[in-house]
Amino acid sequence: MKKKTIFFRKSTDRLVRFASGLAVAVAVAVMFWIIITVFRYGSSALKPGFFLNPSKPYGIPDGGIANAFLGTIFITFGAAVLATPPALLGGICLSEYKEFRRLNAVLRFAANVMMGMPSVIVGLFVYTSVVVPTGNFSGFAGSIALAIIMFPVIMRTTEDMLGMVPYALRESALALGLTRTRTTIQIVCRSARKGLLTGILLALSRVSGETAPLLFTALFADRWPWNYFTQPTANLPVLITEYSTNSPFAEMHRAGWGAALVVTVLVLAINVATRILFREKKHGN
Amino acid sequence: MAIKIQTKNLNFFYGEHQALFDNDLTVEEKAITAVIGPSGCGKSTHLRVYNRIFELYREQRAEGEVLLDGKNILDADVDVLELRRRIGMIFQKPTPFPMSVFENVAYPLRLHYKLSRSELGDRVRQALIDASLWDEVKDKLKSSGLALSGGQQQRLCIARAIAVEPEVLLMDEPTSAIDPVATLKIEELMFNLKQHFTIVIVTHNMQQAARISDVTAFFYKGKIIETGATKQIFTNPRNRKTEEYITGRFG
Repeated sequence: MKKKTIFFRKSTDRLVRFASGLAVAVAVAVMFWIIITVFRYGSSALKPGFFLNPSKPYGIPDGGIANAFLGTIFITFGAAVLATPPALLGGICLSEYKEFRRLNAVLRFAANVMMGMPSVIVGLFVYTSVVVPTGNFSGFAGSIALAIIMFPVIMRTTEDMLGMVPYALRESALALGLTRTRTTIQIVCRSARKGLLTGILLALSRVSGETAPLLFTALFADRWPWNYFTQPTANLPVLITEYSTNSPFAEMHRAGWGAALVVTVLVLAINVATRILFREKKHGN
Repeated sequence: MAIKIQTKNLNFFYGEHQALFDNDLTVEEKAITAVIGPSGCGKSTHLRVYNRIFELYREQRAEGEVLLDGKNILDADVDVLELRRRIGMIFQKPTPFPMSVFENVAYPLRLHYKLSRSELGDRVRQALIDASLWDEVKDKLKSSGLALSGGQQQRLCIARAIAVEPEVLLMDEPTSAIDPVATLKIEELMFNLKQHFTIVIVTHNMQQAARISDVTAFFYKGKIIETGATKQIFTNPRNRKTEEYITGRFG
């Protein structure tokens, strides 16, 4: 038999390896570039007052982001509270009650459509269906908009995480005379609880920087977010947008960068937390 | 000996595909019945009819009769939760619940029985003793069941299953994922368990079947080819297929 030259096989191998390495390098470089930029422009804004004072109207000095920070916490947590129960139930239905084929097909289709929906359209929807009828912009309306975005994300991760629980565990629970509901909640969900929490946290980090839906719902206000249910509510994404596009003052531009830095750190922290959580899960089993 | 389970004309289908053909089998009370045969011959499928666990999958369907103390468990009026309390099952891979050692046994117990705290504690302890696990776990009842070794996990599953006082224990290759030393422990345990329970075990390991069982049924391609006293099956099989299988000519 005539031997084939291995030169081309080896060089293709090297080429592919090089190309993937390059792709990774580009991705990592862009990430660090963003983080470094945000730190460089944002760090000069970080003074105690920046974290402690509420925002102030244009031109008034010593404005901070404390109210917007708190407002963002209210709005995103409110969204998590609204989205999590139905999303978990939807995920459970998709993963554990496969016999509801028709219902699950509809659910999956709806989730796919919602997943691909531009967030600005979600904002518009909540504007016409909540803000206009009630006559008020409010933080709560913002939470509704973000909850709509979170719902399909949590539902899909729930389905995936429950899908990773071995079938033998369900069978052994049922074989002991447990009902399906008990098996699902006490055994399957309990086994996957860290994964479920991870899904919720990732959805939270995904919406914590959403701006467009909040422009139509929570809007913004230079005061503390105590009227979250009835009044426009300060939040970081809209603050960043406003300060960096609608203000002529250099101090506000700086504050905008500072707020951007805070959001970045927040998202980074949530992501690191989920990674740690998930790693522990793998060790546990 | 008394008859605990009598299977008559049992046929089983995975959708269109028929997996069991007219199975007739008698399971004697307080004895160990071994089910042997090559992979894919329907051993596990047959076992999974007894506690109706196959019903979890919609496309699976059983026809015929499985009489438990004379009552057909495939009848619509049978309560599967009570059926599964009476017929426990041990699986190939140990499946401890994501709870403490104590809770693994206590949780199903609490669902089936009204017990005071001290009664519950006694029952859990007794089940762990009966599963020859007590001495190894008595100091770590509160740690996770998942932290035990594979063999210990399997004995925990046995403790969990016998705690609810079943009458029959189904074992689906209970030692195939476990090392030889732990396997020996479980085999010894089965010897003690048969004083109180009727055991049906599916096994790939013919030495195991020969060592522990009183009756052996040989399955081939969804049919029961031969049933008889284990000694007779392994020393003097009537069917040529049985002989070929136990002498290792196929399988």
